[in-house]
Amino acid sequence: MPRFKRSSTAGPFDYSRKPLLRIVFILGTVFLYAPIIVLIIFSFNNSRRGGNIIWKGFTTKYYTKAFGNEELMLAFANSLTIAVVSTIISVILGALTAIVLWRFRFPLKPMFEGLVSLPIVIPEICMGVSLAMFFSTMGWMQTGDTAWPFNLSNIIIAHITFSFPFAAMVIRTRLQSFNREMEEAAKDLGASEFRVFVDILLPHMKPGLIAGALLAFTLSLDDFVITFFTSGPNTVTFPVKIYSMVRFSVTPEINAASTVLIIMTLLLTFIALRYQRIDTTP
Amino acid sequence: MQDIRNRLGVFFAFSGPTLLWLILFFVVPLGIIWLYSFGENVSLTRIETTWTLDNYRRMLEPEIIELMRRSLWLAFVSTLVCLLVGFPMALVIATASHGAKPWLLLLIMLPFWTNLLIRTYALLNILGTRGRLNDLLGWLYERADQLLHLIGLGRLGLLGDQFTPLKLLGTQTGVIYGIVYVSLPFAILPIYSSLERMDKSLLEASMDLGASQWQTARHVLIPLALPGIMTAAIITFIPALGQFLTPDLLGRGQVDMIANVIERQFKRANDWPFGSAISLTLLYVTFILLALRSFNDAARSRRVAR
Repeated sequence: MPRFKRSSTAGPFDYSRKPLLRIVFILGTVFLYAPIIVLIIFSFNNSRRGGNIIWKGFTTKYYTKAFGNEELMLAFANSLTIAVVSTIISVILGALTAIVLWRFRFPLKPMFEGLVSLPIVIPEICMGVSLAMFFSTMGWMQTGDTAWPFNLSNIIIAHITFSFPFAAMVIRTRLQSFNREMEEAAKDLGASEFRVFVDILLPHMKPGLIAGALLAFTLSLDDFVITFFTSGPNTVTFPVKIYSMVRFSVTPEINAASTVLIIMTLLLTFIALRYQRIDTTP
Repeated sequence: MQDIRNRLGVFFAFSGPTLLWLILFFVVPLGIIWLYSFGENVSLTRIETTWTLDNYRRMLEPEIIELMRRSLWLAFVSTLVCLLVGFPMALVIATASHGAKPWLLLLIMLPFWTNLLIRTYALLNILGTRGRLNDLLGWLYERADQLLHLIGLGRLGLLGDQFTPLKLLGTQTGVIYGIVYVSLPFAILPIYSSLERMDKSLLEASMDLGASQWQTARHVLIPLALPGIMTAAIITFIPALGQFLTPDLLGRGQVDMIANVIERQFKRANDWPFGSAISLTLLYVTFILLALRSFNDAARSRRVAR
């Protein structure tokens, strides 16, 4: 049976089929991707100094060099540790916040909601500076004699503060699709409040919790400004280390290390998508 | 939705940790820099809050006024470029086929997930005087020159004697390029979601009533997408205004923005009270912008309700 193909005739509002708009879209995408692709290509550049200017042949030695750089690897281990710990606490705090906002009606709720979303909107630099002042006023600034991983606690606190509101938002969106009849049915059948929470609400929240966790993890790995202010001389994270390397000189080693992080982020994004499933019906 | 009156215990068990956390690690730190902004350095490490207004008075010094003006200008131009480029891109995604839409969105979001520092660092290779952008422009120059020779206009020297690479690092253009680069996805998403929600039959009605494509775009499409465009403008402008990395790495100390001066007060100049005062000023500007937006939203919904 011949099918009526509507898509083959472009209507006046099929903007995605207009050549000019398509060109803008393609150029915009090239604009977004070109620097990252160039960075990855130049991480294989066999050039000692100023490795970013001229292509001098293929090599993987800068990967070996990056992985052999102890300070860089320690910074990377710090970043991962901070990301894991802050993600766990962020998800717990985020879930509690989401449940409060979804479940309860209480006086000053708009204020509570505003307070929770403030860390999302205020400029990073203000948050970095205020936390740095807070830690130094409290005498919590790391001096270097605290044992690993406790010397990372300031950075972890800072990371939780800016990432749990994001996690709360994601989890709250998930909660909105919860069917309250399920809960009532369970209660009618004699389930306690706690059982309802563990057996019904929590499984329903799970995709939201995972999405929130991945978001918190990425935010933590990504952060530079706030970490820059709250880190001590001996608590360097991956972005802070890269920053000081960039300030010192541009080497292919930075490109190699960056490429490793980009690929990690890509993998995380794909895991996130597998859990969330790309939504075709918004 | 549950009333809390008979469930106070449960309510506090859920809301307590969040409140405690935010007060201790968010409100108190902001309070500390608020106090410091009225303080003076009494010794190298001690600051006393004397309720002096000197730190705020220093905000009126010509350099700081110039800094504020420059930061607002750079953030404004970057936001404008983001909207001008972001709108057509969002339009393409919003009207793409059902199968393509999520992939196009992913395409835009993917760079956004990449580390901000790495993305800014990657631009160093693109924007340098011997960087890739100048390579591209030089190549285009050669081709255009060849073409002119081919059609016999080569002698006129329309393109100048030779290609002069653009200086982008250390200039305002370079910083704007960088801010647009890191915030374009921010601008696209809200515009996309407002276009996505739009009732397409309104566009058809406009055309049926005899409006041209352009008139429809101007009088129907853009006004309908305006809430999304406003949101995009605000969430691009606020981070752009507080940008630290872009002016730091791409501006090479020539194009400082507010955040760079704040950083200097804390990391090098050791003038915490003044740094606090600048930070709070930036914070107040942010609040004013957010208030303007919610005021705008409220006015809009009142108009709709009427």
